[in-house]
Amino acid sequence: MTRTAQWLYGWLLLLPAAALLALFTHYPAVATFWHSLHATPKGSRPAAWVGLDNYRQLIDDPIFWKALVNNLWFALGTIPASIALALAMAVWVSGRLAGRGFLRLAYFTPTVLPMIAVANIWLFFYTPEYGLLEKATAALGFGTHNWLGSKDTALACLMVVTVWKEAGFFMIFYLAALQTMSPHLAEAAAIEGASRAYFFRRVTFPLLMPTTFFVLVNAVINAFRLVDQVVVMTRGGPDNATSLLLYYIYEIGFRFWDSAYAGALTMVLLALLASVALVQFWFVERKVHYQ
Amino acid sequence: MSSVYAARGVPRALETIAAWLLGVLWILPLAYAVWTAFHPAEFATRFVVGAPFTLDNFARAWAAAPFARYYVNTVLLVTLVLGAQLVLVTLAAYAFARFDFPGRNVLFALVLVQLMVMPDVLIVENYRTMSLLGLKDTIVAMALPYMASAFGIFLLRQTFKTVPRELDEAARVEGCGPVALLWKVYVPLARPVYLAYALVSVSYHWNNFLWPLIITNSVESRPLTVGLQVFSSGDQGIDWSVITAATLITTAPLLIAFLLFQRQFVQSFMRAGIR
Repeated sequence: MTRTAQWLYGWLLLLPAAALLALFTHYPAVATFWHSLHATPKGSRPAAWVGLDNYRQLIDDPIFWKALVNNLWFALGTIPASIALALAMAVWVSGRLAGRGFLRLAYFTPTVLPMIAVANIWLFFYTPEYGLLEKATAALGFGTHNWLGSKDTALACLMVVTVWKEAGFFMIFYLAALQTMSPHLAEAAAIEGASRAYFFRRVTFPLLMPTTFFVLVNAVINAFRLVDQVVVMTRGGPDNATSLLLYYIYEIGFRFWDSAYAGALTMVLLALLASVALVQFWFVERKVHYQ
Repeated sequence: MSSVYAARGVPRALETIAAWLLGVLWILPLAYAVWTAFHPAEFATRFVVGAPFTLDNFARAWAAAPFARYYVNTVLLVTLVLGAQLVLVTLAAYAFARFDFPGRNVLFALVLVQLMVMPDVLIVENYRTMSLLGLKDTIVAMALPYMASAFGIFLLRQTFKTVPRELDEAARVEGCGPVALLWKVYVPLARPVYLAYALVSVSYHWNNFLWPLIITNSVESRPLTVGLQVFSSGDQGIDWSVITAATLITTAPLLIAFLLFQRQFVQSFMRAGIR
């Protein structure tokens, strides 16, 4: 094939996907910024240029800060827990425990179910006085507590649901990595007299580093991308205690229809995601890989 | 972990107990939902052996909302997304894996941007675009932002790159053009990856919620997830038996498929995760 033909084929094959990507990923990312510098258009009048006004509003908006801080706590609360559980699950399921077929099924099932559906189930679970959680705490002699209705516990309740939903998904990646690990490593270590804990700490865990990193990046993205459970379970309440950044964007953009301000908020979210990308790029460059 | 380091004795017993405790905890919400959905309301939180079994909750949920229509919409959505994805992703991955053209690396980097900036977070602008295109409240609008999937392009490019060049050359000597080559050599060799990708994509879009919630506004276009939300937050009040029945209705096909093809599901998710 001539060089020109190569070029032509390459571009033509790429064209449909590139056009859609440009229209629904690149253009909106740029347009978000552009529109965030304007006021929200009213009626048929074109939007007025307001410069950084939307960003000034953002800095003075206590609910934005609340949502951002909530989101950071949410990330901090869900990511390490779901990764640690995922690793434990993978080690158990790949070992020779009794009933590991059932266990794998149990761990993984939440992953295939829609968040929206499981959030409904959990909503019932948390229901004051009537739900299973209340029945259990009552049986143990504790008083009643409105888990989702109280500012102190609502966000933690959502974190539990999220960890429950995600751990099984991350387990899969650890499981895949554990299966590719050579059994000779363990044999060699055993001959050297390494204990089980030592082998895990010094061999297995370091070898799983690339997987941990991959899972971590996914977990961070998910912590900022998935707000279905907020919509179903709390709608950001009580008193914005469970409002996450994307949920707040949804509220501003589609309940109050202030698209310009929602754009400014989206820019914050995009900046957060871009910094995740940069950190990832930096790490990959430095090669956290052992293979 | 490998057998030399399999736990033995007391630690093994402790680990087995911990693993089972976690497993029971993990399946509990689902078991709870099944119990509530299949029993009369007065047994919703009373777990007694011999509680009467009933399908009444399902009948009431099915009658109370147009779930049949939601089913059709979800199936249409999932089919449309997957169909478009398979074609677009195949072509793009083939271009990146086997053709030399100026701007290839820059374009690939631009594709990868979507791994971070997913359509899920660009809801405000994409809504504006859909309004301009006059596509609001349609199934096409729900599907469009997801059709060109960076994840799929990346996954298939990796696979296509492992196809030996000799095979490529041989087919070319036989008189295969680039398109025939793709169809006769590359696509068949990547079949397991296609299956993996399809399963991941179907479960993602069956479960997708926020964007469909925003862009749809009528029974004619709403998928199951949004339908379920409208149903359970509407005038249904808090009849948990009916709501859990509706929840099971919306998840049943995926759950049954998963239980039947458990191994394929797990392997597919694994395959899709290895990069």
